[in-house]
Amino acid sequence: MTVDVLVIGGGNAALCAALMAREAGASVLLLEAAPREWRGGNSAHTRNLRCMHDAPQDVLTGAYPEEEFWQDLLKVTGGQTDEALARLTIRASSHCRDWMRRHGVHFQPSLSGTLHLSRTNAFFMGGGKALVNAYYRSAEKLGVQVRYSAPVDRLELRDGRFVAAFVGSERITAKACVLAAGGFESNREWLREAWGQNARGEWPSDNFAIRGTRFNQGVLLRQLLKAGADTIGDPTQAHMVAIDARAPLYDGGICTRIDCVSLGVVVNREGRRFYDEGEDFWPKRYAIWGRLVAQQPGQVAYSVIDAKAAGRFMPPVFPGTRADTLPELAQKLGLDVPAFMQTMNGYNAACRVGTFDHTLLDDCHTEQLSPAKTHWARPVDKGPFHGYALKPGVTFTYLGLKTGETAAVSFGGVPSANLFVAGEMMAGNVLGQGYTAGVGMSIGTAFGRIAGVQSAQAAMKSGVHHAAA
Amino acid sequence: MQQLEALARDAVALANGNMGAGLVLSAPEAEVARQMQICNACRYCEGFCAVFPAMTRRLEFGKADIHFLANLCHNCGACLHACQYAPPHEFAVNVPQAMAQVRGQTYVDYAWPPALGRLYQRNGLTLSLALAAGLALFLLLALALNGTLWGGDLRGNFYRLFPHNLLVGMFAPVFLWAVLALGLGVRRFWRDVTPATSGLPVTSPAAAEATGDVLRLKYLDGGHGDGCHNEDDAYTLSRRRAHHLTFYGFMLCFAATSLATVYHYAFGWSAPYDLPSLPKLLGAVGGVSLLLGTAGLFRLNLRRHPQHGDAAQKPMDLGFIALLFFTSLSGLALWLARGTPALAALLAVHLGVVMALFATLPYGKFAHGIFRTASLLRHAVEKRQPNPVGLGAD
Ligand SMILES: Cc1cc2nc3c(=O)[nH]c(=O)nc-3n(C[C@H](O)[C@H](O)[C@H](O)COP(=O)(O)OP(=O)(O)OC[C@H]3O[C@@H](n4cnc5c(N)ncnc54)[C@H](O)[C@@H]3O)c2cc1C
Ligand code: SF4
Ligand code: SF4
Repeated sequence: MTVDVLVIGGGNAALCAALMAREAGASVLLLEAAPREWRGGNSAHTRNLRCMHDAPQDVLTGAYPEEEFWQDLLKVTGGQTDEALARLTIRASSHCRDWMRRHGVHFQPSLSGTLHLSRTNAFFMGGGKALVNAYYRSAEKLGVQVRYSAPVDRLELRDGRFVAAFVGSERITAKACVLAAGGFESNREWLREAWGQNARGEWPSDNFAIRGTRFNQGVLLRQLLKAGADTIGDPTQAHMVAIDARAPLYDGGICTRIDCVSLGVVVNREGRRFYDEGEDFWPKRYAIWGRLVAQQPGQVAYSVIDAKAAGRFMPPVFPGTRADTLPELAQKLGLDVPAFMQTMNGYNAACRVGTFDHTLLDDCHTEQLSPAKTHWARPVDKGPFHGYALKPGVTFTYLGLKTGETAAVSFGGVPSANLFVAGEMMAGNVLGQGYTAGVGMSIGTAFGRIAGVQSAQAAMKSGVHHAAA
Repeated sequence: MQQLEALARDAVALANGNMGAGLVLSAPEAEVARQMQICNACRYCEGFCAVFPAMTRRLEFGKADIHFLANLCHNCGACLHACQYAPPHEFAVNVPQAMAQVRGQTYVDYAWPPALGRLYQRNGLTLSLALAAGLALFLLLALALNGTLWGGDLRGNFYRLFPHNLLVGMFAPVFLWAVLALGLGVRRFWRDVTPATSGLPVTSPAAAEATGDVLRLKYLDGGHGDGCHNEDDAYTLSRRRAHHLTFYGFMLCFAATSLATVYHYAFGWSAPYDLPSLPKLLGAVGGVSLLLGTAGLFRLNLRRHPQHGDAAQKPMDLGFIALLFFTSLSGLALWLARGTPALAALLAVHLGVVMALFATLPYGKFAHGIFRTASLLRHAVEKRQPNPVGLGAD
């Protein structure tokens, strides 16, 4: 038996596609690589969706018009974005919430500690796993067939058309197919290849943690690259944040982030500062520190704060290393004490404290210090002190398949008639680099829904075609 | 054994003047503290219930905070199904289960008198039913010895079997004991958690809000109104409804009895009352509601997702549900069979079950309502204070 639409993947983009294809009348089979308890990919770790709106709307405050959203995207991507697809995503983000609600997704007012996001982002009640659960329930109720522990290891393509997918030796045919199998961030070898070896002879990616699922191995991405599919983005580009060095190798998710960087100083293994900790607010700062740490020896750094910072940042998941004096802290962290003290004394002496205010770019800064700390610079001098070891955490990779407004995969510029792509596998079209919170889910929702409709149409057409032939 | 050691450690800590947050945590308490640390860094579940907003007001979780939070949790299951760190994740976050274990421990630890706390920990179902059966048997035997067990012309008047004063003499002490034991237990709990929850006294807006939350069972609505979880990740309102049928059924039956007492003493109108009298009406509606509610709870309890709650407490839950169920069942049967020769036997059974219910009240599942109400009240007070944790804009 052949289904109309085969959806490969089990996260947000795949579920949106499956639901839309089913609603359009197609029979749908969804193949998720993960076993049921790990289903949902990176989407299960998310918490919100960036939404355009012209006036306050349910959980969203103020207005976030198309133009502002577009400018934000332009800024973070440095222009590496397809304007037509970006605008399509932005517009889709304004009216997808009712559809989401119909499939059981609940939203809530923004969380404590993230109030500044309530204008631009709609938060899922319970986070992405609750969203994914709701979609799976709805999909099953509508008759979408779901198979877990079904990693697709290759596709059978003919002249740019999808013919079948293989799970091991099992061949599964369908009239149309949606690829929504995420990026390749969990593929350690590919990361190693992309990041290479540095001048110190280290393989930096060996020290990266993957913040999300272990199942996004990029198997199909790789096969399609080989098969000549058009691609976009660069394999070395990935969204990377600095996380607690004790984070698990996979699925550390949101809670391993270290949020006190701007309140203190960050030193590397040699006890030296290497970047302006007060440059900007989260989320901009958040997204650059992963790369910064990746460039340090051993891909490790230490965020050091004093008692003044206590209770002013999101509580860390693991307790920090605590000491009553700075030299004691250096020793406990395994840093060279004289080098560390030289850095700290230099920094403390250079602080020009004005009016400290963590909610705005305040006037506390350093003078004649390199690198400078341009805001929130207060001496780190009041014990007890805390130190947190940081390492790079990969959120997702940017390399993807090039597509257009129909979400079709294209080969040599020609869109496939029955192979579509959604989510992280094509997010690079909109987000060539950089990141702004919540846009991953906006892209996946917009293109997942498009791919669902398009694949259903392609399947119906091919049905007629076959009948006529 | 482990518990004993924990108690000993606590005692030493106390002796050293190490109060409140410094008290040594038991294993289940330490587990809640560990999980709350993870939740506090994550906070995705903030919208589900009162536990999470209360948690975000804290950076550390001492014994009293943990007792407070554990009793604030309604075991709705939402945060387990939504948790990105739920088992098999190595963080193994299962908040409803960890909270349930601590809750069970608080019932034991705060029980009055302390020695009785451990009574209904195990075999709750068997114990409750055995107690009910034992008491009923005792009454049956007494009747049989009197020759009044079967038949006889009672014309529905059971005071001919058990004179009113004898019934009062049997039930009043048991009832008062239950009230006293529960009251003293919850008083200790209140004293421990009050300093950890702002220390401020209850205001009327706080009391009104907490009362509303209790009467509506707000935190079984999932935060979105679709309900809580039972066997899987789907929302259901059936738990909330079954609870409501049980609670209001119980209250109606209680009101019927109280009213009957007033009738008896104030107006000299003695039982049995028949429809359309007020006590009978309250009792009949209450009894049916209680019957449906407990049957629903029983069914839901057996089908409950195995990872929710604490499996060790199932017998206690089921024991309480069973006693309530048989109280209403025997009560209704008694009423329906009032003109038959079975009246005496049914009366003995009914009185036995009711007696067992009240005797076990302070040492069984009934406690959850009292402790949870106390926690909701403290939460309503605390949330009106500025948040002591001043996170920056990010
Ligand atoms: C910790 C974390 C927090 C995030 N927070 C947010 C946020 O708040 N807002 C936001 O917008 N974005 C966020 N993101 C980014 C967001 O997760 C992604 O943009 C989005 O989930 C992509 O959805 P997707 O469906 O394309 O991929 P995924 O959700 O990763 O789904 C990919 C699916 O494909 C399956 N799969 C992989 N290979 C195969 C195969 N060969 N065969 C079958 N199935 C396969 C996987 O098992 C998985 O189910 C976050 C990411 C992380 C890691
Ligand atoms: S239960 Fe899990 S998802 Fe919810 S707040 Fe806690 S850690 Fe986060
Ligand atoms: S089980 Fe329900 S009530 Fe308990 S903490 Fe989780 S969400 Fe709150």
